[in-house]
Amino acid sequence: MAQQEAKFKVIGTRPIRHDGVDKVTGRAQYGADIDLPGLLHGKVLRSPHAHARIKSIDASAALAVPGVKAVITSADLPELPSGVVPMGELPMNPRYLSMNVLARGKVLYDGHAVAAIAATNPHIAEEAAKLIKVDYEVLPHNANVVDAMKDDAPIMLPEVRTSGAAEKTDKETNTASQLRFARGDLDAGFAAAEVVIEREFDTAMVHQGYIEPHNAVAQYNADGRSTIWVSTQGAFTARDQTAMILDIPASSMKVVPAEIGGGFGGKISVYLEPLALVLSKKTGKPVKMVMTRGEVLRATGPTSGSHIKVKMGASKDGKITAAQIWMAYEAGAFPGAPVGAGCMTVLAPYDLENLQIDGFDVLVNKPKTAAYRAPGSSNSSFAGESVIDELAEKLGFDPIEFRRINGAKEGTAQPAGPQFGVIGFMETLDAAQNSDHYKSPKPAASDGKLRGRGVASGFWFNAGFQSSATVNMNSDGTANVVTGSTDIGGSRASCAMIAAEVLGLKAEEVNPVVADTDSIGHTDMTGGSRVTFATGTAVYEAAQDVVNQLKERAAKSWKVDVKEVVFQDGVVSCTSNGHESMNLKELAKKLPQTGGPVSGRAQVNPRGVGPAFATHVVDVEVDPETGKVDILRYTATQDVGKAIHPSYVEGQIQGAVAQGIGWGLNEEYFYDDKGTLRNSGFLDYRMPTCLDLPMIETILIEVPNPGHPVGVRGVGEVPIIPPPAAVANAIHNALGVRMAELPMSPGKIAKAVMEQK
Amino acid sequence: MARKVHVQTTLNGEAAEFLCEPRQSLLEVLRDEMGFTGTKEGCLTGDCGACSVLINGRASCSCLVFGVEAEGQELTTVEGLADGDKLHPLQQKFLEHASLQCGICTPGFLVTAKALLDRNPNPTEHEVRYALAGNLCRCTGYDKIVRAVLDAASVM
Repeated sequence: MAQQEAKFKVIGTRPIRHDGVDKVTGRAQYGADIDLPGLLHGKVLRSPHAHARIKSIDASAALAVPGVKAVITSADLPELPSGVVPMGELPMNPRYLSMNVLARGKVLYDGHAVAAIAATNPHIAEEAAKLIKVDYEVLPHNANVVDAMKDDAPIMLPEVRTSGAAEKTDKETNTASQLRFARGDLDAGFAAAEVVIEREFDTAMVHQGYIEPHNAVAQYNADGRSTIWVSTQGAFTARDQTAMILDIPASSMKVVPAEIGGGFGGKISVYLEPLALVLSKKTGKPVKMVMTRGEVLRATGPTSGSHIKVKMGASKDGKITAAQIWMAYEAGAFPGAPVGAGCMTVLAPYDLENLQIDGFDVLVNKPKTAAYRAPGSSNSSFAGESVIDELAEKLGFDPIEFRRINGAKEGTAQPAGPQFGVIGFMETLDAAQNSDHYKSPKPAASDGKLRGRGVASGFWFNAGFQSSATVNMNSDGTANVVTGSTDIGGSRASCAMIAAEVLGLKAEEVNPVVADTDSIGHTDMTGGSRVTFATGTAVYEAAQDVVNQLKERAAKSWKVDVKEVVFQDGVVSCTSNGHESMNLKELAKKLPQTGGPVSGRAQVNPRGVGPAFATHVVDVEVDPETGKVDILRYTATQDVGKAIHPSYVEGQIQGAVAQGIGWGLNEEYFYDDKGTLRNSGFLDYRMPTCLDLPMIETILIEVPNPGHPVGVRGVGEVPIIPPPAAVANAIHNALGVRMAELPMSPGKIAKAVMEQK
Repeated sequence: MARKVHVQTTLNGEAAEFLCEPRQSLLEVLRDEMGFTGTKEGCLTGDCGACSVLINGRASCSCLVFGVEAEGQELTTVEGLADGDKLHPLQQKFLEHASLQCGICTPGFLVTAKALLDRNPNPTEHEVRYALAGNLCRCTGYDKIVRAVLDAASVM
């Protein structure tokens, strides 16, 4: 199905992205840039407690402030029954979604929204919000996943029972679900091992860290139609969730996706959209809401902290004989930690006969977790890849060679069961081993600083889901591509390039447009590394539809049978009288007389997803006095299927590596003993700056995905998986100490060095 | 509401004036009073650099400056970098090197990089990283940003 590489003229080149000039001149319109006549400004009042019963809310003092127009609480939202609604990557529960956007009866985390207010200016709204009196009865809270699983832990949601448990009980619990993947004979596997390693790991809750805070502008109309402008990963997903929370028809809303300032999974769930819409309905005016950074950290996004136990054994010849992994993930205030993906990905790069993986989704009094780039996988792979490194070390194998001995190939059964199709994991190992970086001598200690090298690998799926695309021919022979996929990192360019390839146009001759929910067919969110794969498939098919129509028009114009018309490189020609041919510019002029405009379309829900693998190599320098770790050199190899625009594929990898290094070394949610987040700002929630990082070398391997017309695999998520483990393995290589807790911050490393002495 | 103050300033080379409340930051004034929304808000605490503007040629977080402090100052925002329809070399190199993904941090990086190149036309990689360390980007890992700034310096 995949085209021959030699045939590509646009795919694989590096044109300037179509939305680039808007974004370097400040003209691109992000959600917070929207202004409307009569605009009101909304703010949210948030809980100062980790867990408390709301006894009463009195908004009278706030409402008396001049300029304040409305206050809403959960009493202004319909109370919804529990249920499971598919919503792209993750299923959602309408009841919990509603309870998260405005607390009902209880607050479940520091920062939980309690009320929203609209006023004529944002400062008035902010000050008046403080006058809303909330009477709380503070309850004991669950500070971490281990304590929340204990029998005497405070119960957060009384209706929760553990789904997936071996034995059904009617016991109140914080464990929302559990799952197991198992095969083979663990006892026999461990008995056959030469070396067995057992370790426990902890990882901290971390945030996606997009630079643009959440925002929404809503305008309710008297005819019941409304418009929402928002920075979101999915306009249709935002519309469906808002409809669900407010119990109104999805079709009554038009969601206009603004430019989005980063998402990484965190801008799929709605937070502000329903509140802005209810406030707009109440006041009759458009309402704009923009979160502060503190609100973003306290109440949106984070991904799970976790506790993970690993037992793994391998034989003398380097074969992993058995693996047993137990992982409990923090869901936050409502069920839905990405522990399933953590289980399914942790050992997926390897061909294992005997394994058992158990996962637990556990409520804690922290924000409801949201997807974060390869959700759940960096946690479990930090643990798994650390132990694999240790097995290799104990048995005297090079870490890449050890992975090759156990590596998954086409036909290997994943831990979750299904067999892999065509995959490129071994190729990532080869590329890492043959890289200039890995072949260079390992850096030696100097000036009292210790240096080491580490390796880790990772696997991530690729989502399909629904996408629509329309390709319209312009009167000058160029084309417009309309999709519903928010462009977070260059997907306009990749969609335009795919259409250009099919139509024989230059990338610059195709104009990509991201449309609102009234203007394009349903399209699921930008997530799951799916846009260039799934929306790209829709664009490819829509462009093929255009080609077919253009051939018919040419045939009509030449008065020949369409079978006698061929299309090649943007030129139609006639096989029966060889001297006739037209380029698209010429053919475009004939469209009005041959039937009118040409517009191709396609709607897809593609199944031929292309799993992605990565192997990373890192050199670190550790100061044993301070515990500070510096990244000296980093090389990331990845099977990308087919890189449509290689610069943006490299960019995805480099950005994910930077996030993974932050996750490994710096970033963590720090709660005090009352359950209050103490580092809700970028000064103390410290993400990597450019001074913390070297250049990040990338090696793109192209093992085409046979399930995509040009071989695309998902590329955006897998590169965040290996970094924490690769850095941990490099720290071990430098210090001789295995770090078992993320982040590996200076204090922890200095302590480990002290204990070693 | 406090009485608004009349402020006269120079914005991107043109005389400009505005009315603002004393509590309004320069960032808020630029965006909400003057419509220059190219300057972005990321944190309001001076930690992310998305709101960077030049004040008399020096890169500053406009969220940490009051609007009234702009009186008599020369301000440059991302909207003032290009010369008509001719992009500034930094803007052009950011495009060529694919130095932006979501683009929300880009205005701040461009403005801060301009301040660097104006005072140090041939920076080393370390000097570029040092100068840009107050600007957070979560998408790119900085690699392509640093390359674009070095490349822009080489052609300017």
